[in-house]
Amino acid sequence: MCETCGCNVTPGNAHLAHTPDTRGRTAVTVLKDLLSANDREAAHNRAHFDEHRVLALNLMSSPGSGKTLLLEATIEALKDEFRIGVIEGDLETENDAERIRAKGVPAVQITTGSACHLDAHMVHGALHHMQLADIDILFIENVGNLVCPASFDLGQHRNITLLSVTEGDDKPAKYPVMFRAADLVLLTKTDLLPALDDFDPARAEHCLRQLANPAPALRLSAKKKLGLGAWFDWLRHEVAEQRARANKGQTLRPAVQPDGARLHTEMGHAPAAGRYLYRSI
Amino acid sequence: MHELSVCQAMLTQVTDLAREQRANTVHKIVLRVGPLAGVEPGLLRQAFPLASAGTLAEAAELVIEELPLRVRCETCGAESVAQPNRLVCGACGDWHTRLVSGDEMLLASVELSREEEDACVKPAAAM
Repeated sequence: MCETCGCNVTPGNAHLAHTPDTRGRTAVTVLKDLLSANDREAAHNRAHFDEHRVLALNLMSSPGSGKTLLLEATIEALKDEFRIGVIEGDLETENDAERIRAKGVPAVQITTGSACHLDAHMVHGALHHMQLADIDILFIENVGNLVCPASFDLGQHRNITLLSVTEGDDKPAKYPVMFRAADLVLLTKTDLLPALDDFDPARAEHCLRQLANPAPALRLSAKKKLGLGAWFDWLRHEVAEQRARANKGQTLRPAVQPDGARLHTEMGHAPAAGRYLYRSI
Repeated sequence: MHELSVCQAMLTQVTDLAREQRANTVHKIVLRVGPLAGVEPGLLRQAFPLASAGTLAEAAELVIEELPLRVRCETCGAESVAQPNRLVCGACGDWHTRLVSGDEMLLASVELSREEEDACVKPAAAM
C-alpha cells in the first residue's frame, strides 16, 4: 500500500509513485496494452465465433507462400465435410476472394489499401457480410507479411503460419515474433524440395523450437496433394475441440498472447482494467 | 510499418484518459516495450510526432522503456536472459521455456495537467 496516495504500488512503479509534487501535474499509471482497443474488438469477434460454434483460423505467411492455393485444395477436399468460409486480406484486388468463390464457398475480400496487416476492426466489418450460422471453419487469410500481422489479435482461435520451402529454412530465426505466435506451422511447396537442396525442413523445425514453440510443423504440397492428410486431421481435431469448448461456454485464444502484458495487468501487480493509479508529482 | 497504427491506438488511450481527467495537456507518456512485442521503439518515436499532431499530446515527451527478455525453464526451473530468436534456457539449454518478460507493449503511465491547475485554460481539442 502506498502511503502517499493509498493505491497499489508495484516494485516497477514505486519510485514513480513517491516522486514529490513539484509541477502541479498529475501522473496516471495505466499499465494497459497499447493495443487494448484492438484486443477488445477481437474478443467481441471471438464471442461471435463461439456463439455460432465457428472455428476461426488466422493464416499468416510471406506473400506467395501458397495460402490461397492451400485453401483451394482444402475446400476441394473438405467442402462436403465442413461448411467453410473465407475472409481474404490484401492491399488491393478481389482476386483471392474470386478464387475462393470459384470453389463454391463464401468469401469476403478486405482490401487494406496500404495497411500491412488485418486488425480486429476490419475483420468485424467483414463479418457483417458473412452468415456465421452457416459456417463451421472460417479461414482468415491475413495480408502476406511475416512482421505486422503477428501483433494484432483478430478474434481467431488459432494461428497458422506457412513457410514455403522456397523462402529459406532460417525464417523462424529471422522473424521470431511471427513464428512464436504460430500454433501450427505448415512447410509448403515440399514437392520442390528435391530441387532446393539448401532448404532443410529439420533445420526450419529446429529454428522454431529455439523460439520455445512446440507447434507441430507439417510438410505438404497443395499443388501436388502431398501431405495434406495430416493437415486435414489437424483441422478435424480443432473443429471438434472448438465445438466441445463452445458447448461448455469456453473459448480459446491463440497459444501466444503477450504473457508479459498479462503478468503486468492481471496477476495482481497493477490496477484492474478501468482503474488507474493516480499520483501527484 | 505498423508502428503508426500502434502509435495511434496508444494516443487514443492517452487522449481518452486525459479527457476523463479533464486535463488539457499531456506532458509525458511512458511506454514499456519488450524485444518480442513486434514494435520497434525507434519507429514508434518517429511515428509519434505525426500521430500526435493536433491532439492533447502534441507537445508530450515520449519515453520508451525497453524491457529485458527473460525466460523460465519448465525443465530445470532456472530463469535466464534470452535472445529474441533463441528463447532456450540459459542454464540447461532446453527449449521448453516460458517467457517471463519481453513481449510487453504497455502504456505504463501518463503525466498530464488538469484545467484548473493550468494557468492557460483552453478547451480540450478534439482528437
